[in-house]
Amino acid sequence: MKAFADKLFLNIFHIQAADSPYLALWYVLMMFLVSFILLNFAALFAGIASYVERRIAARMQNRIGPNLVGPQGILQWLADGLKMFLKEDLVPQTADKFIFRLAPYFVFAGLFGAFVALPFGYGIVAADLNVGIYYILAITSLVVVGIISGGWSSNSKWALFGALRSAAQIISYEIPTGLSLMLVVMLAGSLSTQSIIESQGGWPWEWFVFHSPFTLAGFFIFFISSLAEGNRVPFDLPEAESELVSGFNTEYSGLRFLIYPMAEWANLWVVGAMVTLTYLGGWQIPGVRLETIPSSVLLFLISITIFFIKTLAVVFIVIQLRWTLPRVRVDQMTLICWTYLVPIALICLIGTMIWMLAFPWKSVFGTAIRILMSTVGGSVMIWCMLRARHNYVIDKDRFEKLKGIPAWYPPWKLP
Amino acid sequence: MSTVIYNVIFYILAFFVVISAAVVAFSKNIVRSAFAMVVTFLGVAGLFVLLSADFIAVTQLLIYVGGILVLILFAVMLSSRVKEIKISNLSVGYFPGGIIIALLTLLLIYIGVKTPWQKLDSVRFEPSTSAIGNSLLSNYLLPFEMISVLLLVGLIGAVVIARRKEDQE
Repeated sequence: MKAFADKLFLNIFHIQAADSPYLALWYVLMMFLVSFILLNFAALFAGIASYVERRIAARMQNRIGPNLVGPQGILQWLADGLKMFLKEDLVPQTADKFIFRLAPYFVFAGLFGAFVALPFGYGIVAADLNVGIYYILAITSLVVVGIISGGWSSNSKWALFGALRSAAQIISYEIPTGLSLMLVVMLAGSLSTQSIIESQGGWPWEWFVFHSPFTLAGFFIFFISSLAEGNRVPFDLPEAESELVSGFNTEYSGLRFLIYPMAEWANLWVVGAMVTLTYLGGWQIPGVRLETIPSSVLLFLISITIFFIKTLAVVFIVIQLRWTLPRVRVDQMTLICWTYLVPIALICLIGTMIWMLAFPWKSVFGTAIRILMSTVGGSVMIWCMLRARHNYVIDKDRFEKLKGIPAWYPPWKLP
Repeated sequence: MSTVIYNVIFYILAFFVVISAAVVAFSKNIVRSAFAMVVTFLGVAGLFVLLSADFIAVTQLLIYVGGILVLILFAVMLSSRVKEIKISNLSVGYFPGGIIIALLTLLLIYIGVKTPWQKLDSVRFEPSTSAIGNSLLSNYLLPFEMISVLLLVGLIGAVVIARRKEDQE
């Protein structure tokens, strides 16, 4: 498929020789086209994620949520964006005006820079960088520069406190994130996102998460510290609305304000895709090794679908966590990082090294452990789902007896 | 064609690096100096990319922008006197300053002339990560370990300093 697409592009624009003088220009053009597509993907995802998050929040809090703009309110994010677009772009009088205006660009560049190295399917990645995963870790640190500069230049106490908290939080949580990514890098022997996925397999026992007890712990450490790095609940201290009004973005308005929540929702995709590609097997199709067979459009589309399903599953878990857990305090935030996550991540690192030497990937015992762990993990997940259903059935009967109306609606008939 | 694009990118990056470095040195507001340093670091990372040093470029981004610069900003933001030039830019007068600048210029020119620069005919964009890893654990193992011991000493020193204040209270 990829070879076919490449050939198609070359034929359309009559570029035959590899050393054509127009090839460099062609690359620059393609670069702009790919960035355009990625930006639009990220913006659309952020918009729809905001709508989905509000609907889920409403459902979990026994409210209705946005349901008026478009069918089931699905166009609510467009209306919100348009409203923000029409608002006045205020700059506080005592603010450091240049830095205040500049700050959203850092947030924007840091977050959307990560999309360049994120894969979407077999062979679909804007730039399969040799240092891909390391690059994603590094470029997202630009976000914190944007948050700090926005918070400081607002010349407001709320914004400054938000920025300080954010700096402390993101600097601390970069360490467990990096250490838990090291496990995957060791197992795959590469920093490139595509090679990491290629060294896993389609079946759950071929994913890195079930490689050993240490990688299972590493998976949870990575998930928790990704939440903290993205300022998601339960780590949304920088914008704790009950303490700091809105934190680092208190003084922003209009389109400049819109950048911050948009980056947060686009970050949901980055978190989901990173967890999927490092620990959950990425786009690998069960039972098929895509590298060894001739590429076909069907398999290619299946790989994209699998990657999207896994990523969206992680995104939904992150959204539901937001409306389930209370916010941690500042001291608890540092405590979780330095006394629990960092030491456990170090133990996992050394443990995985020993495990890799003792039970290689293809040895009988290693495979048996992986199959056992994935079976136990899958059973625990299914048990949790059955418990949730059990509780729901009990509640449903009580609700219907009490109110006399059905508790369950099909998704297209939500109130 | 590709060399033209290469040169254009190089000069754009060099322009940003030089201008922002000048802002770092001459700005009267130290927070603005710190923010100008972001641009300097990013431009240097871009220059590393142009030299096909992908791993070093990303490390530059992670360590300097994500780590050191955030710590600098963190410290600078907590100080209330960000606009007092007497504190941030200490000056010892024109005469000693002039001597230092002259000596430094001479030294830099000497180094620039004497160094046997390796001129690459064309930059080959090849992955460098595994080569760096192999040399760190073979030829340069001793310096590598020495640096890690140095960092450990720094860590322990920081803990000791933090502890002592707690005990005195």
